Amino acid sequence: MSTTTAQAGTPGAGQDAVVPKAQDDGAGPDRRRRDRLSRHNLAGWLFSTPFLVLFLTFMAFPIVATLLMSFTDFGLRNVTDPLSAQFVGLDNYTKLFQDDKFVKALFNTGYFVILGVPLTIGSGLAAAVLLNSGIDRLRTFFRVGFYAPVVTAIVAVAVIWRFVLDPSEGLIAGLGHQLGIQTPDFLGSETLAMPSLIMMAVWRNMGSAMVLFLAGLQAIPTEVREAARIDGAGIFQEFRRITVPLLRPTMLYVAVMTTIGFLNVFEEPFVMTDGGPNDSTLTISLHMYREGFDFFHMGYASAMAYVLFVIVLAITTLQLRLLKDKTS
Amino acid sequence: MSTTETRAPLAAPASKARRDPAARARRTLVYVLLTAGLIVTVAPFLWMALSSFKTQRELGASPPVWWPSEWTLGNFRELLDRMDVGQALFNSLLVAVFVTVCNLLFCSMLGYALAKLNFAGKRPIFGIVLGALMVPGNLMLLPMFVMMSAMGLIDSYAALILPFAAGAFGVFLMRQFIQAIPDELLEAARMDGAREWYIFWRIVLPLVKPALATLSIFVFLGSWNNFLWPLVATNDPGKYTLPVALATFATDPTQADGSNGVLMAGAFLVVLPVLLVFVLLQRFFTQGIATAGLK
Repeated sequence: MSTTTAQAGTPGAGQDAVVPKAQDDGAGPDRRRRDRLSRHNLAGWLFSTPFLVLFLTFMAFPIVATLLMSFTDFGLRNVTDPLSAQFVGLDNYTKLFQDDKFVKALFNTGYFVILGVPLTIGSGLAAAVLLNSGIDRLRTFFRVGFYAPVVTAIVAVAVIWRFVLDPSEGLIAGLGHQLGIQTPDFLGSETLAMPSLIMMAVWRNMGSAMVLFLAGLQAIPTEVREAARIDGAGIFQEFRRITVPLLRPTMLYVAVMTTIGFLNVFEEPFVMTDGGPNDSTLTISLHMYREGFDFFHMGYASAMAYVLFVIVLAITTLQLRLLKDKTS
Repeated sequence: MSTTETRAPLAAPASKARRDPAARARRTLVYVLLTAGLIVTVAPFLWMALSSFKTQRELGASPPVWWPSEWTLGNFRELLDRMDVGQALFNSLLVAVFVTVCNLLFCSMLGYALAKLNFAGKRPIFGIVLGALMVPGNLMLLPMFVMMSAMGLIDSYAALILPFAAGAFGVFLMRQFIQAIPDELLEAARMDGAREWYIFWRIVLPLVKPALATLSIFVFLGSWNNFLWPLVATNDPGKYTLPVALATFATDPTQADGSNGVLMAGAFLVVLPVLLVFVLLQRFFTQGIATAGLK
């Protein structure tokens, strides 16, 4: 039942689905319409109230407060007495770019995104295309398997991978030993720690990209593919000329969501490497967390949160532009 | 089932495909690739599950031992000794249940208003919902901590529940599903004099049970796995959720050596309920993503 609902909402319903349906103006006397509108007004607001209260308290207010805090020297003593924080202007922001650790964190986060996002999208798309390529048996089985890492707590994932990568007792070290290869200490090496975290993140996020691509692929009408086949298109031509263009809205969504998630990467380095060795896996979020909650430089950490937010916004907007332009 | 039927013609009519050696070779290749991918995905889980039952000697064995020759519950026993698993389990469960119930109610309420009521402010509210989907949680972290400290709510269940009591994703999901209910049905109830709350509670909610199921799985798992905020909002081990307890244990330098088996046992306890729920209800899960993700 709900499958039909899901699919009915899927194809074609683009951004304009956002626009509420116009009231049917002709029917009924004016009075009754006005009554109904006011009734809807009251009910609409009452139904919205719980969400709005929670939204204002736990989202809107903190977002504004972060901005205000970023212009102050907010520290430990201000946790009990917020109003005594001193206004310091743009000091926190100028300090950020003289902070070697922040510059390094910026670089590391970029590295994580630039390598991680395309790998996640690529493997997710590959899995979806394989699952959609005419196999009828075991499809659910494979889908569940690929998706399992997505629903697993990141902390558990980190614990598992730390063990897999462990240089003395780990799975990879053991397999290497069997083959007579000396495997490196992945997480202990400045050059290999970040790629290891990226590999883990790709492993963990591939499934969610796959599910979205699968939904996108299933929304492509069969007739289109058949027509292409009849016109003599091969598999690769079909993929390039039919699948890729029609999958563009999905691609856009997956790319934007994955990028936002990866730009905010925190848990992986926090539990796996604690930012080390030698800050080689220190990310912006981890640096912010440390400055904020380990050293209580909360004004400074707020400035960092905002710089990250602006980066996320800028990249998201850029992605929306680039990927959308190609569609039209 | 209908998906299988629509897909079959892609590989040319089914009967021909079976005889066509090229199509068969291709299908074999697809299965081989999928299986290879699956092994990579699932191997770490298997390794974890099996390792949590291994003895210290086999944990450190090189070459690695996959199948424990001697099964032991020692790791689990040690975990229970060193970490208050029962309390953490209880905390995680309590928080997840409350968060889920709140989301089901609040998100479907707003979802209904956005889908079926025409009221002034509907557009800006929907804009807020879409905007909230995009804002990273890290941005709220610092003032939220200050706010909770000021209210004396650090180390309270309220601090763990309230910030997640209504998510934009849930509103979006519910709106999508509720929109599919025919207007005539609700209009007829209104003609009969039903109030909006009655319509919502007695007509709309029963009709979107699959959506509610989907949302509850999402929210429950999301809450169960949530890490950063519970880490910040709790200092008292008695209020730790399971992931925080495990992470605290895992990153504690005094636990450094010989705790791999114990950590695997901990990971096993965190992962097992979630994987069970997911495998049993995965249909709702993937459906929900498809619906909310693509609109």
